[in-house]
Amino acid sequence: MAIVQPKSQRWRIVAAHAFLLALCAAVVFPFLVVLSVSLRPGNFASGSLIPSSISLEHWRYVLGLPYVGVDGKETLPDLPVMRWLWNSIKVATASAAVTLLLSTTASFALARMRFRGKRHVLTGLMLMQMFPAVLALVAIYAIFDRIGSAFPLLGLNTHASLVLAYSGGIAMHVWTLKGYYETLPAEIEEAARVDGATPWQAFRRVLLPMALPILVVVFILAFIGAIIEYPVASVLLTQQDQLTLAVGSKLFVHEHNFHWGDFAAAAILSGLPITVVFLLAQRWMISGLAAGGVKG
Amino acid sequence: MSARPAWLRHALAAAAVAASLWVVMLVHATGQTLLALVLLVGCALAVWTYTSRRTHALRYLFPGVAAALVFVVFPMLYTVGIGFTNHSSTNLLDEARARQLLLDESVTVPGTQRPFVVLPAEGSRVRLQLPAHEARPALITPPFELPQPTAADPGAQGSSSAGAPVALQSEQAPSAAPIESSPWTMRQTVEHLPSLRQLTLTTPEGARLTLASLREFAQQQSLYAAQQDGSLVDRLTGTAYRIDRAEGFYASAEGDRLQPGFRVGVGLRHYEQVFSDGKFREPFLSVFVWTVAFSGLTVLGAAALGLLLASLLHWEALRFRGAYRMVLFLPYAVPGFISILVFKGLFNQNLGEVNLILHGLFGIKPAWFSDPALARLMLLIVNIWLGFPYMMVLCSGLIQSIPADLYEASAVVGAGPWTNFTRITLPLIAKPLTPLLISAFAFNFNNFVLVSLLTGGRPDLTDSTLPAGTTDLLVSYTWRIAFQDSGQQFGLAAAISTVIFLIVAAITLVQMKLTQKEAVR
Repeated sequence: MAIVQPKSQRWRIVAAHAFLLALCAAVVFPFLVVLSVSLRPGNFASGSLIPSSISLEHWRYVLGLPYVGVDGKETLPDLPVMRWLWNSIKVATASAAVTLLLSTTASFALARMRFRGKRHVLTGLMLMQMFPAVLALVAIYAIFDRIGSAFPLLGLNTHASLVLAYSGGIAMHVWTLKGYYETLPAEIEEAARVDGATPWQAFRRVLLPMALPILVVVFILAFIGAIIEYPVASVLLTQQDQLTLAVGSKLFVHEHNFHWGDFAAAAILSGLPITVVFLLAQRWMISGLAAGGVKG
Repeated sequence: MSARPAWLRHALAAAAVAASLWVVMLVHATGQTLLALVLLVGCALAVWTYTSRRTHALRYLFPGVAAALVFVVFPMLYTVGIGFTNHSSTNLLDEARARQLLLDESVTVPGTQRPFVVLPAEGSRVRLQLPAHEARPALITPPFELPQPTAADPGAQGSSSAGAPVALQSEQAPSAAPIESSPWTMRQTVEHLPSLRQLTLTTPEGARLTLASLREFAQQQSLYAAQQDGSLVDRLTGTAYRIDRAEGFYASAEGDRLQPGFRVGVGLRHYEQVFSDGKFREPFLSVFVWTVAFSGLTVLGAAALGLLLASLLHWEALRFRGAYRMVLFLPYAVPGFISILVFKGLFNQNLGEVNLILHGLFGIKPAWFSDPALARLMLLIVNIWLGFPYMMVLCSGLIQSIPADLYEASAVVGAGPWTNFTRITLPLIAKPLTPLLISAFAFNFNNFVLVSLLTGGRPDLTDSTLPAGTTDLLVSYTWRIAFQDSGQQFGLAAAISTVIFLIVAAITLVQMKLTQKEAVR
């Protein structure tokens, strides 16, 4: 804008920068502390932000290697962090695959087919998002307790139960996929239909290859969603070896068992990749964001 | 699909039907009637969907919608159902199972204990000898194989004798072979305890003896005798326990209850407790008020900060806007459970960095986790920290859609930034922002993860019978009733969950009304 700016403008810019810098400091401060704590020796030592001496004991702890503690003795880690990370990855991969399978097909029907009750299905999916699983924890626990007495492999304290419990949460992904399918031209599929393809072939051979980018994004979002899920996992899993990272991490910062340094290392190890992947995937979900999806 | 011959499709369908019926039968056999019913209906619908010619769209919808119905909608309905029962750690089982467990309880008949020794015989066979004891003659078994120990079943001790009983005979009987070996040591006996526990011996008089202790076999009898009218009588004391289907217990006239109890419907009792019983109502009200205040203040705080930042970052005179935007987005990208736990460490009273700074600057060390007001303040600070980037992104998008010529026009008349904000930005984004704020309110209303990981609801209210904290939200309060205190009061927790469902449904209704109005405009 080619307008003569008043003199107060410069002061306003300085004030805005000061405010933004202060806020950025408040945002970055926790992460810097965590990085510093993870490299500081001992779980209780509190010192300057730039550690005076660097120790890798917390990183060794997190990786499950024997480490030399504050008392000078070589000890083995008591919390199986790598095991938890592996559990989380296992559950999240299975759950993302199931979610993708269920939501790609459902959203195909919702985007491309005409049938009675379509609007109701869409509204129902929207409404489901308003009632998070945390409200039905008692029932989820009771249901898997019952399932477990018939099929022990799907009961409490199994990862399969967690994958099953997550498989219902497809509402947001169905909306994302449906939105993307609708941006793809339907004419190609129609041409395939004219050439004698069944609806399944049109879906499998024509639409899916075109939708590959969004399938990857939905997979990643479902994967992250399962990794960071806490309430259901905390109810279904109780044995220490079975926990996912989100449930297990809590054990580090217990009042009587304050593993501050070990937690810091574990947080960076698991949080950094998730954050990076999320930052890469999130530009795809801004539209989903505005539709009312809120991340936990 | 059409490439497959018809007979193959029919065969596959038949196989699927047979397999699902078999699974349903298996589940039914374990006593899970409800689960079997759900499975049966699900399988029937699946078979119909994939065999009928009239279900083109349903074929694609079925798996996803079925999963959503079974694992999202059904748990909600089931929660409502549990809210009308006394389901809890003392009333976990159904009536038949509880009765069976009580009838399985056995006691040693007084005065029938007899010491025993195990004598090795040829091969892996053994003989059991009961030496003469208190005027009863010595008895011995012929050589036999000890039964294989089966998997431990904690539910059925004492009465789990498997296999045919072994007959004891008098040592003087002509058929009894002479003893040729020395008995097992205690250690050997202990090693074979699981096998011995499954053994039943019959005396020549016809009494059945089972293992009663490390050294003794004895006659067992069930503790309770079932009467004609369904009540149970304790054989040792003679007390009669009548079935009380209103409370879900076998209870004596004096009010003594037998454990375990069983699940029964209790109608609206939990709702009466929550809404009219003083000792439940007060903590519930306190938690409810804090839940509303917490979600309201969070949304207001985060939205105000987010809106301010979004407006600042749209100010073209400002440099480095991209860098600011990226850094300020970070709290949203980092997994919530990690940042919340990081804050739990930072706010630690003695070791946390927040108090280190406050101590250095002002010489104070606030007790963030034990003072109710400070704990609430901490929750709000952390939640606004977590929530403002989302609001910033939303407001940014909305501000971008405001036509730029409005601002140019205001610049022409010489309006300042404050006028721009209050006269152009705010009125134009208020309408589309409101439904989003409402859903953020609903989300924070149920922000279980934050409370559970940061404070766990503590510090607790001191004057309540059930554990209720000053920072508890309704959801975490429910969770504590169901999973934390020793009672595991699933029924009460489910009733409170039902109340939360209703509140969330009301919020949703308001939001949908607003969105519809928005769509009409």
